[in-house]
Amino acid sequence: MSELPDNQRVVVTGLGAVTPIGMDVDSFFNGLLEGKNGISHVDAFDTEKFTCKIGGQIRDFDPTVAMDPKEARRNDRFVQFTMAAAKEAVAHSGIDFEKEDPDRVGVFVGSGIGGMDTMEKNAQKLLESGPRKVSPFLIPALISNMASGVIAIEYGAMGPNFSIVSACATGAHAIGEALKTLRLGEADVMICGGSEASITPLAFAGFCSMKAMSTNNDDPKGASRPFDAGRDGFVMGEGAGILVLETLEHAKARGADIICEIAGYGASCDANHITAPHPEGKGLISAMKRALNSAKINSDQIDYINAHGTSTPYNDKFETAAVRGLYGDHANKLMMSSTKSMTGHLLGAAGGIESVACAKMLQAGKVAPTINLSTPDPDCDLDYVPNEAREAKLSVTMSNSLGFGGQNASLIFKTL
Amino acid sequence: MADEKTIEQRVSEIIVNQLNVNEEQITPGASFLDDLGADSLDTVELIMAFEEEFKDEINGEIPESDAEKLQTVGDVIKYINEKAGA
Repeated sequence: MSELPDNQRVVVTGLGAVTPIGMDVDSFFNGLLEGKNGISHVDAFDTEKFTCKIGGQIRDFDPTVAMDPKEARRNDRFVQFTMAAAKEAVAHSGIDFEKEDPDRVGVFVGSGIGGMDTMEKNAQKLLESGPRKVSPFLIPALISNMASGVIAIEYGAMGPNFSIVSACATGAHAIGEALKTLRLGEADVMICGGSEASITPLAFAGFCSMKAMSTNNDDPKGASRPFDAGRDGFVMGEGAGILVLETLEHAKARGADIICEIAGYGASCDANHITAPHPEGKGLISAMKRALNSAKINSDQIDYINAHGTSTPYNDKFETAAVRGLYGDHANKLMMSSTKSMTGHLLGAAGGIESVACAKMLQAGKVAPTINLSTPDPDCDLDYVPNEAREAKLSVTMSNSLGFGGQNASLIFKTL
Repeated sequence: MADEKTIEQRVSEIIVNQLNVNEEQITPGASFLDDLGADSLDTVELIMAFEEEFKDEINGEIPESDAEKLQTVGDVIKYINEKAGA
């Protein structure tokens, strides 16, 4: 197997995370290994009339840790999360942007929904008091590409910059496209990932009407139970996961501490239904195949998959079918857990924090569990690393994300 | 004069809050754009905040043609005083 030259290989050198189980990467990852549960009753708004009253709500987040108070006020919560995670990732990478060529630094950070809270509050102002009361910051705070824009302003990053939107696959697509951009020689450094802050009345009402969210309101901590027979829907979380990627050549030249390689990326579409995943996981199989090809890795080299694993009846069953369909016998050997059992589903940020998790697991040689897995489902029969973290020699990990629209993304991380 | 003092204080508080500046920076001659770090979006939001705070004094909205002329802290205080006295 021939390896790509250093200027086409891409490595992870910085990680940042804001999650319901930890407000930085270390507390997030330690939380994952401890099986920490981030789900509770939502008190961001009055949930009385909502069928789902639970979520992975972040409390006591102070946006001014990452932005000055004026900037924080002008931006939506999803951008505030983005900046907190981006600052951690950049600090972690040790990159000094004063020494970088601004044209060679890019940013791809997305959000599945964008500034939902800002939109709802201003819609209310519009209806109650008329158009003159709508904030001049509504539009900049609402658009999901503002996350990438604000990071670029912070670091003077003038390279490729936009945001990918693919619902719950947003973060993974952003990271995958950043890998491609680096591999094509379009940049030396990419800041990438996803962010979401949709624990709001309108977003909850919409997902409740779809009957997509768990209504296990009496047992918040047991509500997100991917692959368990008792699962009844996803539990929404919020936060951001950001990675700093750079070419191996660039990382070596500046003497960076390399966390792992990001070796492959595959994107595909089910082309089947607006929200339901394909029953045989056809699109996901295609995304995983593309990622394997892109990484020049055989399927039997995958040690661990961080599943999309949303805890909806369909997703977990069809995702299992897709993994069985692609991996054959090797499906019985690999481990696949859903960290959403602990964090809830961070929608557009999921691919971001789950990529952080994959990179940390490779580095630590420890696999995060799927918690709340107590009643086996005959349709979900893989090794989901139930309830307890596991030590394992990991060489290659995969992260899968599926979005409404049938859009799938698969990423491969490996030890260098 | 007690009323004028109150208006100044209230204007000052809004500016401190919206633009994240120190109270000492708020002098009658201070320009929102040039001295207090505001951009065009901030100035729109400031006008909205003044309208909300002084809705009784100004008896309605600040028309666009008036808003354009409110460039400094002093402009705003003078404007509200005139409207309040009218």
